[in-house]
Amino acid sequence: MKWIAFPIMGIFFALMIYATTGLPGRGDADAPASTYVSPFYIEHTMEDTDTPNVVTSVLADYRGYDTLGETVVIFTAGLACILLLMKKGIQ
Amino acid sequence: MIKQHESIIIQVTSSAMVPFIQLFALYVLFHGHYGPGGGFQGGVILAVSIVLMRLYMGREMAHAKFPPKMSLALAATGLLVFMLTGLVPMVAGGAFLDYGNLMIPGLSASSLRHVGILIVEIGISMTVFGTMVLVFDNLSGENW
Repeated sequence: MKWIAFPIMGIFFALMIYATTGLPGRGDADAPASTYVSPFYIEHTMEDTDTPNVVTSVLADYRGYDTLGETVVIFTAGLACILLLMKKGIQ
Repeated sequence: MIKQHESIIIQVTSSAMVPFIQLFALYVLFHGHYGPGGGFQGGVILAVSIVLMRLYMGREMAHAKFPPKMSLALAATGLLVFMLTGLVPMVAGGAFLDYGNLMIPGLSASSLRHVGILIVEIGISMTVFGTMVLVFDNLSGENW
């Protein structure tokens, strides 16, 4: 029954390739992300956050919750590393 | 277990590099508002300086400079700083992580957000720094 994985993988691959044809092109000025979200960040970052670097203001202010999640992921990776690799000698 | 490196050249060169790496890490961390950089990058560069210390000093001296148990405490403290910074505006009736809602006289909402971003970046860098050193210590089989 192992052979059945390959046709299923092929079908999903074709589906993914088909789905990407519907996405807007890279750097497309008429894409929804370029018409609403990005100009808002670029225009309001100085008056909202007093920070000239738009990347930083998006990372830590507009999308701060997302960054909190990233930090939790890194911390969880460290905890998992302790659980797997810690020497027995310290108990 | 990592022993002290035999070569005096490597010892001297590395010991000269470590403070400059740490200084550059702090620059990257605090310059995140105006250029490329921020908490993640600054934390990683800071961790690299500790890893370099671990590699050339050997176990005893490097552990005296930066105890392995401190890395976990530092990582957890960084995450706590981030979360508490997010909770402080909720006391003033704002949303989670919306630093501008805090009413402090003399500070506008935008400069409050400026300071909030800085505190959050410091928390991120502490977490990344602690976790990187932690992973290195565990992978190199240090019995701490």
